[in-house]
Amino acid sequence: MVERYESINSESTGMSGDTAKPRGTTKWLLSTNAILVYVFFYAPIILLLIFSFSDNRNVGTWGGFTLDWYREFAANEPIQDSIWISVKVALVSTGVSVVLGTMAALALERFRFRGDRVFDGLLYLPIIIPDVTMAVMMLLFFSQFLDLIDSVLGIQITKGFTTIAISHIAFSISFVSIVVRARLAGMDERLEEAALDLYATRWKTFRHITLPQIAPGVAGGALLALTLSLDDVVITQFVSGPGATTLPVYVFGLIRRGVTPLINSVSVLMLAASVLLVILSLLAQRTTGSKGPPADADTDDEPSRVGI
Amino acid sequence: MNDNPAASDTTVTAVGLRGITKRFGDVVAVDNIDLDIGDGEFFALLGPSGCGKTTTLRMIAGLEFPTQGSLKIFDHEVGTLPPNKRPVNTVFQNYALFPHLDINDNVGFGLRMQRVKKAEIKTRVGEALEMVKLSNMGERKPDQLSGGQQQRIALARALVNRPKVLLLDEPLGALDLKLRVEMQSELKTLQRELGISFVFVTHDQEEALTMSDRIGIMDQGQLLQVDPPEAIYERPVNRFVADFIGQTNLLEGNVESSDVVCLLNGARIPLDTGLAVGSSVSVILRPERATIGSRREIEPGQSAVDGVIRSITYLGNAIVYRVGLDWMEIDVREENLPHETRHEPGEEVTVSWDHGAVAVVEGQG
Repeated sequence: MVERYESINSESTGMSGDTAKPRGTTKWLLSTNAILVYVFFYAPIILLLIFSFSDNRNVGTWGGFTLDWYREFAANEPIQDSIWISVKVALVSTGVSVVLGTMAALALERFRFRGDRVFDGLLYLPIIIPDVTMAVMMLLFFSQFLDLIDSVLGIQITKGFTTIAISHIAFSISFVSIVVRARLAGMDERLEEAALDLYATRWKTFRHITLPQIAPGVAGGALLALTLSLDDVVITQFVSGPGATTLPVYVFGLIRRGVTPLINSVSVLMLAASVLLVILSLLAQRTTGSKGPPADADTDDEPSRVGI
Repeated sequence: MNDNPAASDTTVTAVGLRGITKRFGDVVAVDNIDLDIGDGEFFALLGPSGCGKTTTLRMIAGLEFPTQGSLKIFDHEVGTLPPNKRPVNTVFQNYALFPHLDINDNVGFGLRMQRVKKAEIKTRVGEALEMVKLSNMGERKPDQLSGGQQQRIALARALVNRPKVLLLDEPLGALDLKLRVEMQSELKTLQRELGISFVFVTHDQEEALTMSDRIGIMDQGQLLQVDPPEAIYERPVNRFVADFIGQTNLLEGNVESSDVVCLLNGARIPLDTGLAVGSSVSVILRPERATIGSRREIEPGQSAVDGVIRSITYLGNAIVYRVGLDWMEIDVREENLPHETRHEPGEEVTVSWDHGAVAVVEGQG
């Protein structure tokens, strides 16, 4: 019986589906579940939005409508500095980790070399180990090596923007390379061979064939790196210095000093930025998504999908 | 191998392999191959999957480098040159068209990489598309074309570069039968018009027989025989080739004297093997070369064995009888003609053939 139901269900995707759709209690339970999930997700967000306009120093008490917290936000220089640092760190760490992560993905996916399995395993270590461990590692690393770099290379690095950016690069590479590798694995290697056969150099093959094919993966990896960098509190807190800190770390510090609805307004703006990023990524996926992988060689002589 | 015109001294050698070996770790994919492919020749590399034919083709293309040996294209050593520095182009299995480029850009890719002027690219791409009769498809993306059309575009994309040798890796494998037969004759015509060598990898023996000037048969990394289709079919060099090309009955026996072979059941057939007395041999009897009849005396100039009909396969234009001999079963194919008497299973029959209708190879299975 169960098998029969499933086979009907899988076949009827394009039909009106009056046999396979849930009915009665099942339907009721499913829609309740959906509503609950949305409430769960969005109620806190809506509350946050509402209370960011509340004219009361107490975060959870409604005191009438005001835009004071947004004005205070606009006048608060440390916050604006931390936003600026956040954006700079995010852009730099995303740029570097996308290049390095894509290169790592290419190396692992396309070439066999001594120790490639070990490299493969080590590359994913930053994803597995806890943030706190990573943070302590980075802190230790910087405390040991900053003086060394200064004495050997004569470059003075203070804790702040540079150390934050390096730490973010360190954990973003793994994520970028996972996403890019997934895309590379799905790409037909013969396309690269065909390009080489058609007089393209290795670089031109990458530039004209491989990169366009893996572009959605690279874009996805970049967005992931951007989000991770903008989000990170734990690691950044350990490696940031007195002069420079990112927005999430700054907000975290504010909370410890006492919560005012200023945090609400900052959070709303961060939320708005995140939503904007998500919308952008969806738009990017939509434009690249229409270029799917090539249709399988069909035996039919009629064009398979004309006019899409 | 000596009597074929294409490899004679007067023609230019397009591709020359000497002692080419390719190892992948411990696996020997191609084992010490010598091969000359003439300019303007339609050459097929034929063999079962895993025999090394594709690896050989990829070495000519430059997608693999030989472990040992010399590989020359028009007398230039190219063994370790990358593919983009060789005057050859490849039609890939499943075509490998670039999905993000339209047909014009796909076909023009090789020219663009060679920095040919834009105007010239446009004309040459136009000509190439016309050649494969798909002139109006330039703006489309590969996934908007059918399998047959994609295959033609792959051909145009390779030929637009005017390669000296065109390599084809099972190019017709993904097409259905009717389209495949059509493309076979188109490829053959195209090759004659262009006058360049086509080196063609296939596991389909019929395709190799109908299209090629010469066929190289490979098995387990070795090149077993290189000959025109007729010679391959009529005079295979060993059991593998005999068995791989067409339907074959292999009757095993021993050389009794210089012109008699004694089959395993003791039947003696006159056959000049040229082999030493006592060597074990297999007599190659093609199903269509034998005739089947009621038990009778052997006519002069013929050999025969007695057997019983075990089963019958009706093919429409022919009937294949499976005949049980004392020690093995053989297939005999008779044309389906109205005046021929049909035989029934269980009937005792004599299978006979002209002396000249069989070939012989050394060894038994």
